[in-house]
Amino acid sequence: MLHSFLIKYAEIGVKGKNRYIFEDALIQQIKYGLRRLDGHYGVTKVSGRVYVECPEDFDYDGTVDVLRHVFGITAFCPMERIADRSIESIKKSAVEYIRNNYDKTDFSFKVDTKRADKGYPLNSMEADAIVGEAILEAFPETRVDVHEPEEVIHIEIREMINIYSKVIRGAGGMPIGTNGKAMLLLSGGIDSPVAGYMTAKRGVVIDAVYFHAPPYTSERAKQKVVELAELVSRYAGPVYLHVINFTDIQLYIYEKCPHDELTIIMRRYMMKIAERIANENDCLALVTGESIGQVASQTLKSLYVTDEAVKTMPVFRPLIGLDKQEIIDISEKIGTYETSIQPYEDCCTIFVAKHPVTKPNLKVIKHSEESLSEKIDEMLEEALQNDELIIVGKRSSGEEDK
Amino acid sequence: MECYLDNSATTALDEEAAELMKKISVINFGNPSSLHHRGFEAQQYIKEAVRELSKLLRCSEKEVFFTSGGTESNNTAIIGAAINNRRRDKHIITTRIEHAAVARPVKFLEERGYKADFLEVDGSGHIDLDELRDKLTPDTLLVSIMHVNNEIGAVEPVLEAGKIIKEKSPGCLFHVDDIQGFGKLKLIPKDNNIDLLSVSAHKLHGPKGVGLLYVKEKTNISPLIFGGGQQSGFRSGTENVPGIAGFALAAKKAAANMETNLKRFQTLKDTFLSGLSGLEGFNINGGDVPYIISLTVDGVRAEVLLHALEEKGVYVSAGSACSSNKPAVSETLKAVGVKKEALDSTVRVSLSRYNTEEEMIYASQCFMDIVPQLRRFTRR
Repeated sequence: MLHSFLIKYAEIGVKGKNRYIFEDALIQQIKYGLRRLDGHYGVTKVSGRVYVECPEDFDYDGTVDVLRHVFGITAFCPMERIADRSIESIKKSAVEYIRNNYDKTDFSFKVDTKRADKGYPLNSMEADAIVGEAILEAFPETRVDVHEPEEVIHIEIREMINIYSKVIRGAGGMPIGTNGKAMLLLSGGIDSPVAGYMTAKRGVVIDAVYFHAPPYTSERAKQKVVELAELVSRYAGPVYLHVINFTDIQLYIYEKCPHDELTIIMRRYMMKIAERIANENDCLALVTGESIGQVASQTLKSLYVTDEAVKTMPVFRPLIGLDKQEIIDISEKIGTYETSIQPYEDCCTIFVAKHPVTKPNLKVIKHSEESLSEKIDEMLEEALQNDELIIVGKRSSGEEDK
Repeated sequence: MECYLDNSATTALDEEAAELMKKISVINFGNPSSLHHRGFEAQQYIKEAVRELSKLLRCSEKEVFFTSGGTESNNTAIIGAAINNRRRDKHIITTRIEHAAVARPVKFLEERGYKADFLEVDGSGHIDLDELRDKLTPDTLLVSIMHVNNEIGAVEPVLEAGKIIKEKSPGCLFHVDDIQGFGKLKLIPKDNNIDLLSVSAHKLHGPKGVGLLYVKEKTNISPLIFGGGQQSGFRSGTENVPGIAGFALAAKKAAANMETNLKRFQTLKDTFLSGLSGLEGFNINGGDVPYIISLTVDGVRAEVLLHALEEKGVYVSAGSACSSNKPAVSETLKAVGVKKEALDSTVRVSLSRYNTEEEMIYASQCFMDIVPQLRRFTRR
């Protein structure tokens, strides 16, 4: 089994003098992901390359799974690392590498040597030829094809020798922690975890807020949201989940406002609360899972009215142009779908009107909200004060926190 | 105050049974099939349990088989009977209001070429004996009727049904799911022409994961689990010795005070219902036994009511609780004619001998407080 991985990253490379910040964040995230596995992993940066060294008896599939969840990695390669840099040693190792990693050897190949150490006695063309010949000799059914090879055997001559040929695609994106922090409005549905994933993909740390409405929504509905946050944290790192008890506000709106406006007014207050928590926690934006026209509260007019509730920061809606099926596809890919479809009601659906407004008028909505003026501020304060913070996907003690 | 009123889902384990189980798990932990002393000891516990339970069922010791619980007992009875009686007409009769642990195995057989008839029930949940008589053929292989319904507490006329079956179709097997009745209502298999009877331990303060199937001697039924040949080859697998011993002890204690307990349940139910006097718009479904109270509360969603009661420490169940956590429509409630819009408004209060009158007063007060509050806020 191969005990090392070469980590490839793309966008980080172009960040100039800030490059080390991105690389360090990437290493942090890899370490964070690997904490779930047993054994001591080494994650190191040596002359501009990131390596993962695995313990003696390690879970290969588990390690691959962890690396697939780290943003910033475009690809990673399981590889053989050897300390003996003599050409004899390289030949022997390349042959062994192929013997151990291929069931069938009737492929065409080329050897691609990179010589970072220019003082090495052979140049890369020479090394290509010598290693290629050794492979042909050991596996007569292989053939060399330098133009369209089925397999490329990479040899890197550095402080050690790296041999690899398989490339596993990574999650892409930017390392978490390199682009500030945003507050995700997380419900139990399919969309919001996907929105969180997509924002985190660009390196943004995710905090989340969930609106809980006991007894109308159950403990299990809340647990489901915690589980979704946990799944998002596999990509995004620890998620600080704020649980806000929304029951009283919801019932107050229900009693005071026209019923067909309930959902839109409720969403405006959710945004206001989220904005407050975001400000208190250094978040620079709100993130929602809305997509145009999906439901009554997501028509463009409704989004316009909802958006107006937020005054101090942008609201990002990474799913805005996606169809439901496209969102489902992503949620299946990132593993949140099965949890999202568990049948527990969330607070958006419990009192929903049979015919909610689809073309709300901001003036009309604001007028309706005036009938809440007596108690709403006090209620918002109370809800904020009773904010229950759940830290999901925590780093183990001793590790650096975000 | 905490007030657990979901005893038809499961009960608290009897403390003495818990002590005994701990002792058997830690000290007398042997495998009853082992030849040494530790094995012998364990076997003695099983023998003692068989003796106790067969006494309660007034049957022979050879007729008691332990299972992993009520669901396995029901499955074994139905599928085991069907497998070994294929030469008869592949015809099964059951009711519309069975627990899923009966309904699903019957469906499994239907999908494999068996024919099933389902007896309708009236508004109080009782089958019609004439319908049973009509549907029975001389070649029917199995009739399965529950004793006490788990959702509405209806008691089925098992005695009469048994007579009709043996009269009209002497070779037909009669299975009774007695999971909600055993230890609370007396039902002796031999006096009722019952061939197969399912019991679960955890409904009567016994442990979870153990139950029994009574199989009348000479009944032609196949095992479903094969292996080391334990329990005369009928149910392989190392016996759950602590569970079986705990079960027998709990059953003994339940049965010792059956009549007193039943009176007590009646008093508790009366206290609870008198506490609800003045509450408008609710209806009681079924209710032959006092320890299962099914309430349809108009204009309130059962799950919301359940969670609101929970906030006050009162635990009830919504519709049919113990089957799963999915909000599925209850076949039983539909069968007794609960209207579509009320199906989602039914909660079940179920009692154990540990409940007190004080608790019932408190619980009814909670209902009185919460129901009007919830009715203010409903989906319009």
